Amino acid sequence: MNGAAEILAGAVLVSLNAYVLLAGADFGGGVWDLLASGPRRAEQRSVIAEAIAPVWEANHVWLILALVLLFTCFPPAFAQLSIRLHVPLAMALVGVVLRGSAFAFRSYGGQRDEVQRHWGRLFASASVGTPFLLGTAVGAVAAGRVGESVASSPGFYAGYMAPWLSAFPASVGVFALTCFAFLAAVYLPLETDDPEIREDFRRRALAAGLAVAASGTVALALSRGIEPLQRGLLGAPWATPLHLLTGAAGAAALAGVWLRRWRVARIAAASEVSLILWGWALGQYPYLVPPTITIDTAAAPPETLTLAMVALGLGGLLLFPSLYYLFRLFKARSPHAD
Amino acid sequence: MQDLLAARAQMGVSLAFHIVFALVGMGMPVLMVVAERRWIVTGDEIYRELAQRWAKGTAILFAVGAVSGTVLSFELGLLWPGFMRFAGAIIGMPFSLEGFAFFMEAIFLGIYMYGWDHVPPRAHLAAGIVVAASGMASGVFVVIANAWMNTPTGFELAGGVPVRIHPLEALANPAAPTQTLHMVLAAYAATGFAVAGIHAFLLLRGQTNAFHRRALTIALWVGCPAAVLQPLSGDLAARQVARYQPVKLAAMEAVFHTESGAPLVLGGWPDLETETTKGALRIPHGLSLLAFHDPNAVVKGLDVVPRADWPNVPAVHWSFQLMVALGTYMALVALWVAWRALRTGALADHRWLLRAVALATPMGFVATEVGWMTTELGRQPWVIYGVLRTRDAVTPMPGLVVPFIMFTTLYCFLGVIVALLLYRQILHSPQVDEGVWAHMAPGARHADA
Repeated sequence: MNGAAEILAGAVLVSLNAYVLLAGADFGGGVWDLLASGPRRAEQRSVIAEAIAPVWEANHVWLILALVLLFTCFPPAFAQLSIRLHVPLAMALVGVVLRGSAFAFRSYGGQRDEVQRHWGRLFASASVGTPFLLGTAVGAVAAGRVGESVASSPGFYAGYMAPWLSAFPASVGVFALTCFAFLAAVYLPLETDDPEIREDFRRRALAAGLAVAASGTVALALSRGIEPLQRGLLGAPWATPLHLLTGAAGAAALAGVWLRRWRVARIAAASEVSLILWGWALGQYPYLVPPTITIDTAAAPPETLTLAMVALGLGGLLLFPSLYYLFRLFKARSPHAD
Repeated sequence: MQDLLAARAQMGVSLAFHIVFALVGMGMPVLMVVAERRWIVTGDEIYRELAQRWAKGTAILFAVGAVSGTVLSFELGLLWPGFMRFAGAIIGMPFSLEGFAFFMEAIFLGIYMYGWDHVPPRAHLAAGIVVAASGMASGVFVVIANAWMNTPTGFELAGGVPVRIHPLEALANPAAPTQTLHMVLAAYAATGFAVAGIHAFLLLRGQTNAFHRRALTIALWVGCPAAVLQPLSGDLAARQVARYQPVKLAAMEAVFHTESGAPLVLGGWPDLETETTKGALRIPHGLSLLAFHDPNAVVKGLDVVPRADWPNVPAVHWSFQLMVALGTYMALVALWVAWRALRTGALADHRWLLRAVALATPMGFVATEVGWMTTELGRQPWVIYGVLRTRDAVTPMPGLVVPFIMFTTLYCFLGVIVALLLYRQILHSPQVDEGVWAHMAPGARHADA
């Protein structure tokens, strides 16, 4: 048991959690941009764009933070993930690049409407593909084959495709996508004063909430037989309370949306998705990359870990007040609290 | 295509693409902050317009820089897992710090871009200053990591594995001060001269535009001091290379044989068969003098290592020569600008000076690219100089030519789009005669924004 390593693994997870709740919702915004429909299509899109614009780059950095913490504190885990998941991660990166650039081109390009629409479509499609691929990569890790050495599965397909190209990772990809879309739909009513647009997002949030439940059930069913995830998710003493809590948060989120209690819904939806993420992490604990690499075996030497914690502490002192300022400026102006 | 070559090519393309946006991300915030400060001090609305337009350009370039930087941080593992497994614990620290700097940059750029009407003027200017400072910090941290690859410190080797790791010692590696200084100056010189060059070009077509005159002056204020200091920082860097990376220096200067009182070899084509450089201009004792400040100092040649460990000598030599030539031109133009400014104060009326500045528009970026190639190609075949070979760091995944083509295509596409967008924005610069601006209706100012 290595205290510093456990804390830093926790920090990686906290970063990922922030990424999911913030950047995830930005991706979800792209999903609703793609699915915008009805008479208020254009207004829906502009609410989404205005909600995302000032914050998406800061939200994106949580992924970078998780990544650099992972490769500083757990280099062998990072190397293993990069080797085995090269294909989905490279494709997700193309999505990251296209989504970000297309959004910036649309926001600042100042072009004709028709060109703007092209960028909008590219932004929206990349917002669908990227979360699916990132979710698939997470699913592949959880499925427990990424940690096996490449030498044990010779050939391109066995080594680099099979670990992620199967039903369970794909179901996690879909699950991630629906979670992100759900988060966005629950957050978005607070971004507009127009009651009709709010109703549009309310209907979407309800539909997405049911989709989260459905795709989550499918993923859970497909996780049967996957060790050590299943032992954790179904057998551990904390498993049942965690599932109940997650379910309760999900129900509260849906109820909040139904009753138009937007702030309650927002907190409950964020809790639901966070609990799912922590459930995955606890499910495969102490493994970082099952079935071989644990927090302990991948941890960098103590000097590195100590310094990483100092850097985290000092960085946090700068980061959190700045983030607070950013979000207070652009996200606290809602005139219609519950 | 060989997998190792494809991986190197993909990393090279990714870096060559990202470096342009990284330079702009460091340089442009300084320009926009200076313009905004001038607006606050003088009340001249042109400066506010300038700050907003520069901020808009910066935002597009920052977004592309942010996502291409993300690609690079993943590519460290996707292409070079052997490097990350070896070096992550030693040199991850500057990358983690860079993560925080990047965070600050993104947060305050958001506040800067969307906060013109939300925050008081002082706070807005301060947000711009934070963007500029954290942009610089990002660049410094990343270059520290690269410097460590050139002069690795902070660990000991035991059977090919690093032990006794001290990340702070790695952070303070010998090449870090000179390399980071050289890169920061490069960012300000390249960005300042690129912006100045564009406005000089536009002024040559219509001298009376007050908008371009102010833009030119600010850009030169940022670019010129950096361009003048750059050769001095280059001297520091080269002496550092001479001491710690003799083979790289030998390739840069095409020194095949160790000799004392080595001449400075300018231009020419290094011939690997005969181990001579044809058609070069030689300045006796020049290299010994420059590299060691002693005309008779011994300069190590490529012959100190087996030929298999040579970098690509012609490529390194030519990259370096081109960088020096472009940097020298920019420094001379900067001195000319300074002399004009001291004598008459008016820069925008001297057509030959404008032409010289306009000619320099791309030079800082080209110089940085070839300078980067000098240091990267000059380190081969090592990824960590003298410690880990590039071929031992590459991923075992076959078929790397596919991602190479995929990312190259993607970057070509993005490069064209960004160029078109910036061209459009520059084309729509406002046309303002001196003194007219203040009397224009507010709506008219933004009619074509």
